[in-house]
Amino acid sequence: MATANNPQGERPNYLNKEYGVWSWLLTTDHKRIALLYLISITFFFFIGGFFALLIRLELMTPASDLVQADTYNKLFTMHGMVMVFFFLIPSIPAVLGNFLVPMMIGAKDLAFPRINLLSWYLYIIGGVMMLHCMLTGGVDTGWTFYTPFSTAFTNTKIVEAGLAIFVAGFSSILTGLNFVVTIHRMRAPGMTWSRLPLFIWAHYATSIIQILGTPVVAITIVLVAAERTLHLGIFDPKLGGDPLLFQHLFWFYSHPAVYIMILPSMGVVTEIIACFSRKRIFGYNFVALSSIAIAVFGFLVWAHHMFVAGMSVYAAFVFSLLSYAVAVPSAIKVFNWTATLYKGSIHYDAPMLYAFGFLGLFTIGGLTGLFLACLGIDVHVTDTYFVVAHFHYIMVGGAVMGYLGGMHFWWPKISGKLYPEGWARLAALIVFIGFNLTFFPQFILGYLGMPRRYADYSHMPEFQILNVFSTAGATVLGVGYLLPMIYFLWSMRYGKPAPDNPWNAAGLEWKTPSPPPTFNFEEEPVVTWEAYNYEVLDAPSNNKEEVPVAR
Amino acid sequence: MASNVDALYIFLLIVTALMTTLIFVAILYFAARYRRQPGVRAEQIEGSIPLELTWSIIPFCVFMVIFLWGAVVYFKGRTPPRDATEVYVVAKQWMWKLEHAEGQREINALHVPVGRDVKLIMTSQDVIHSFFVPAFRMKQDVLPGRYTMAWFHATKPGTYHLFCAEYCGTQHSGMIGDIVVLEPAQYEAWMSGGSTGPLSATGEKVFAELGCSTCHRTDSQGRGPNLQGVFGKPVQLEDGRTVTADENYLRECILDPGAKRVKGFQPIMPTFQGLVSEEQLNALIAYVKSLSSAKAAGSGLAAAVDVPEKVPAGAAAKGSQVQ
Repeated sequence: MATANNPQGERPNYLNKEYGVWSWLLTTDHKRIALLYLISITFFFFIGGFFALLIRLELMTPASDLVQADTYNKLFTMHGMVMVFFFLIPSIPAVLGNFLVPMMIGAKDLAFPRINLLSWYLYIIGGVMMLHCMLTGGVDTGWTFYTPFSTAFTNTKIVEAGLAIFVAGFSSILTGLNFVVTIHRMRAPGMTWSRLPLFIWAHYATSIIQILGTPVVAITIVLVAAERTLHLGIFDPKLGGDPLLFQHLFWFYSHPAVYIMILPSMGVVTEIIACFSRKRIFGYNFVALSSIAIAVFGFLVWAHHMFVAGMSVYAAFVFSLLSYAVAVPSAIKVFNWTATLYKGSIHYDAPMLYAFGFLGLFTIGGLTGLFLACLGIDVHVTDTYFVVAHFHYIMVGGAVMGYLGGMHFWWPKISGKLYPEGWARLAALIVFIGFNLTFFPQFILGYLGMPRRYADYSHMPEFQILNVFSTAGATVLGVGYLLPMIYFLWSMRYGKPAPDNPWNAAGLEWKTPSPPPTFNFEEEPVVTWEAYNYEVLDAPSNNKEEVPVAR
Repeated sequence: MASNVDALYIFLLIVTALMTTLIFVAILYFAARYRRQPGVRAEQIEGSIPLELTWSIIPFCVFMVIFLWGAVVYFKGRTPPRDATEVYVVAKQWMWKLEHAEGQREINALHVPVGRDVKLIMTSQDVIHSFFVPAFRMKQDVLPGRYTMAWFHATKPGTYHLFCAEYCGTQHSGMIGDIVVLEPAQYEAWMSGGSTGPLSATGEKVFAELGCSTCHRTDSQGRGPNLQGVFGKPVQLEDGRTVTADENYLRECILDPGAKRVKGFQPIMPTFQGLVSEEQLNALIAYVKSLSSAKAAGSGLAAAVDVPEKVPAGAAAKGSQVQ
């Protein structure tokens, strides 16, 4: 059937090579699996977003009037679980990483194509379990599952939700494993470690966290389920357990999990900034190693979520100190991105606008992290909207901005079509404005003392005005997120065919046709150049006119 | 406490505002200055180690200042002054039960005098809660099965929000109350009503009712340790360790007597897990504290009522050996 079904006489590529449901559901092509993931995580993103919208609508008025307290509690719980485990963690690695890691290093596929497909099936099984759990009652513990509430007090579907996350966790481990082996073993000749795109370094660091961290949360979930069903006495003090043990185990994964979300996004933004500044990245080695540093130090800061939990004062000192240590590599990245702009030739295409948005939001998110790592301040602002605002700036402002930037950057390669540039720029602007309007007021709310996870604040009507701003922002943000989905879908049918390298970008993935053929490269590429060789790409000999160097 | 935290907060605001301005101005300036212009190419720059070191080391030094300042503020906030007025807090889904050392009980409200240190000795009957008074910049999780401590020093009369800050189930957002800070005279008036006697006296009754006094005697003949003067002192354990007899230790001894048995005593004490309520436990602990002369000397209001002579010899706690 293959290329015969090709009425328009297109070049054979991974999209038109085979047709039919089974050609997708049984594919081992990393690019097709990336698209399977894209469809799945987009579905969960809009489910999680729908919950977020209901939460914001409820909080527009102080009283618990739109939904009852129980419903509200389930809404924020499922918003968190869906967004963290079924959208953010797989987002960039499983979609863009899956698509691009082999192409960027000059490989035909990932090291274990069938395991790659298995990881998608595990994700889907976990996702279906989560959907079933939500449709038959849901969970009300918060995505954090704190004991002993989760093990002994709530009547909601803890075990089922836990198992859904447990299964989906294996999908994350397998993806990480596949990336590590692929990056080690399948680089094209000449693609040395110091020539790797920084996107690959970021994914390498992410994979380390996925492999080492995810098993811990899996074990923790099993222990919660075991305690709930068998009353083992691990976390419940009534049975001789320790509820703080749960928090240590949970955050040992869930803090590094934040880096699973943000590191790939940093990788994406690095590629975009280099391309649209037409420059090599300033301080390549520092940006590469800072990813590894974040992955390593990220494992040593988990208890900064527990400064008021009843932990020893001295332990708190250590974790606060280490949290500042992990802030340094993030700062290094921001400074290097900024320095890359210097003496560049900056193009304002849509991906670059998202990258600028990322820089702004991630900087604010990162700097507010300094407040939370500061022991004296954390006592006041932890468990308030300050924390909510902070992690949304990182995980939505940072990670999702990077994800959208990456989608706009590589969409011509993925789909072979161009999206409408004007709409894309508009969407970037709407997302940026909507995001700040939604979450900036929450910093103020938090310092004023509004606790998170409150269905009802009728005793504190003074908090309403900022909540109204936040809800208004959320509707703007919602529009900003819907737009790209609409015009991406539109472009698949009506978009102009994309050239192989629409941005004149460096990177092996752009040396393939758009969309690429099944095995990516006609013949194995041999790399003899550094990453980001924009000097060569833009050299006068490659252009029609002679251009002087910027001074 | 609030002013310390706010000073640090303002310092952090200034530092982060400077950093944000620096980064944003640089980005915006470069973005405008080096926008694509016909005929101008980007200049390739490898990087600069001196610059990398500068923007690693300077932020790190600034971070260390923030860390140290934060650690000092935190340490003060976590260390209750010795002579603070004590209030026992029992949290449950979804209310705050508070009991003053003098015996006044309150639900979802706490009356305290202005200008005095107030120490909270908190535990939960069910899940984890968190005692949060934004006006005092104070928050501490309240755990089942152990005591956590917090303290504050109100400087201005008024009514302040008390929130539960750790998600605890359906009515989490309804688990709120008021901290009412009164002028000393008003506070005395408020304190004069509604008491059933000091908490330590209640504890003494519980002590007798549960039969504790049979073994914990005031002389050296008891089968359990003499509890006179034990509170706050180091205790030598059978397994060779030494622990301080604080609230958490006393609690554990009542609920799980075998876990940290005092040296020289047989493991004969039964567990009182499930037999005493959190309120009775608090009363027992207040009573044992009242037997400690060091405590009696140091404590303000509590000292006035915790006169050891009031304890009838033999009717209350005591025992043979205190380390």
